[in-house]
Amino acid sequence: MGLLSKKDAKLITDPLADNNPITIQVLGICSALAITAELKASLVMGIAVLFVLSVGNVVISLMRNIIPSKIRIIVQLIVVAALVIIVDQVLKAFAFELSKTLSVFIGLIITNCIIMGRFEAFALANKPWQSFLDGIGNALGYAIILVIVGFFRELLGSGTLFGIPVLGDPIEMTGVYGLGYENNGFMLMPPMALIIVGLIIWVQRSRNKDLIED
Amino acid sequence: MGLKSNLHNLKEKYKGTKMAPAFNAIHTFLYLPNETTHNGTHIKAADDLKRTMNIVIMAMIPCLIFGMFNAGYQHYSAIDALAGVAREVSLFGNFLTWDNFVIGAWQVLPLVIVSYGVGLLVEFIFAVIKGHEVEEGYLVTGMLVPLIVPIDIPLWMLAVAVIFGVVIGKEVFGGTGMNILNPALTIRAFLFFAYPTWMSGDKVWVHGADPRVQDLAAGATPDALSGETILGGLAQNNSSMLDSAGDIWNAFFGFIPGSVGETSTLLIILGGLFLVFTKVGSWRIMLSSVAGAIAMGLIFNGIVSAEWVTESSKFYGLMSTDFWMHLLIGGFAFGTVYMATDPVTASQTNKGKIVYGFLIGILSIMIRVFNPAYPEGVMLAILLMNVFAPTIDHYVVQGNVKRRMKRLKVKTA
Repeated sequence: MGLLSKKDAKLITDPLADNNPITIQVLGICSALAITAELKASLVMGIAVLFVLSVGNVVISLMRNIIPSKIRIIVQLIVVAALVIIVDQVLKAFAFELSKTLSVFIGLIITNCIIMGRFEAFALANKPWQSFLDGIGNALGYAIILVIVGFFRELLGSGTLFGIPVLGDPIEMTGVYGLGYENNGFMLMPPMALIIVGLIIWVQRSRNKDLIED
Repeated sequence: MGLKSNLHNLKEKYKGTKMAPAFNAIHTFLYLPNETTHNGTHIKAADDLKRTMNIVIMAMIPCLIFGMFNAGYQHYSAIDALAGVAREVSLFGNFLTWDNFVIGAWQVLPLVIVSYGVGLLVEFIFAVIKGHEVEEGYLVTGMLVPLIVPIDIPLWMLAVAVIFGVVIGKEVFGGTGMNILNPALTIRAFLFFAYPTWMSGDKVWVHGADPRVQDLAAGATPDALSGETILGGLAQNNSSMLDSAGDIWNAFFGFIPGSVGETSTLLIILGGLFLVFTKVGSWRIMLSSVAGAIAMGLIFNGIVSAEWVTESSKFYGLMSTDFWMHLLIGGFAFGTVYMATDPVTASQTNKGKIVYGFLIGILSIMIRVFNPAYPEGVMLAILLMNVFAPTIDHYVVQGNVKRRMKRLKVKTA
């Protein structure tokens, strides 16, 4: 890669798979369970976290030498809160229906462990450019899992993708597929998101044995 | 050269290859293995895991056969009811008839075949991947599953649920003997939450009752058969189904709509006695769970007779049901005898078994009464207690350790 050095590129690619914030570090599970019943909501949540984490990382990194370590958590919270409010207001202005679906979970990005975790572990000790890449990488890792879970839950639970019917009724009406397919209501419940995340973890660790802890 | 030696030769030939577990499984399932221990063992017993499981299956066979007859009987009596003809059940007159059996077997046997076929396939795949022998754990689960589902459940739903139950309920924990939850109940719970319209209500318990099925059968069956279970009726505050003594006897003998194998309390009691007599099922769990259900039923009856709950309450129907009726209706008896006693997921200690069973009884009735949307409380109660079984065992063991330590101190002091 011409744009990024090898080390910088790793900052983005690592969290996508082998150091994924959800499946490896098991952070941010709460929102992954709550909002992934629809693919659209998962995607928007992923973008929101991408914005908050990458910008937040840069801001914290710029201030890293002037924040007194005793009050750093409060400073971090203020930065996240400000960014989350921006996201919330934008959503309310331009995608009101969606912001109602995501409801409290946009606000709860403030408490998302991934964000505080990256501020603490990375942005406070690295330069802005690296912090920016780290933020993008981790947010993408988070978003990928959300989208995978959202894809399966919406497809099997509602028979739609992005709200467009894919399985079930329309096909049944045309008579192509009349075997009586029915949507799986369990998929729409949070436990199923937990099970899907578990299956992703299972697949990932059986492909890469190094990830298995004793 | 019989089948046995052929299988043995195949086993030897494929030793160490990926297919070895498959031949091994068929061989040891059908016959005693050729290899025996030559020295060093001092415990001799004729029962191994397979024999134990076969006994449980034998205990369930009467329920299965009865379920087939009952499926046909409910089907025809619902048709009669539609034409305005009321039916009185008579065992040899209109219950044990060829017509009933044929229509029941036509519906139930595919359930059995799908349950075993899909479940064993998953087990085989996992055995080959893991490279160890096929575990026989699915033998009992595969027979339980068709007995606890509604008769008209689509076969593909059953297949999906079986895959889910075996993989998530058992294999992820390490296979037979390592599972936390009862796989058969995991399968039923999956169906219950995934496809609620096929698992509850008054349209699923009688063959041909569901309008969708009739659309496919193109008018071969009448318009709208309905068969509410008594439990479901009570949950809707409709107690007219238990008016006469005859209704109660029907509930005891099992001539009522319900899941395939769970309607006949009489046969379940006989199966339970068989399990206790062969020392396969734990009488502690069965008795304490019945005691728990009775205790909770009495408490609710007491609340009703103290008039804290009136007929306007949505809990009234099931709360005012006599405590002993709770034992006859729904899946309580079946769950207690065949599911709660699963040796893997139940408590292991004797004291623990009593606590475990008692809590199952209490929770079953409590869930029934307080959650009319989930009238089948015994499923959720057993799954919940499965999770707590190790905790119960832990405290029983700790209590034992503590008592012995005290004794040791007294002695040494």
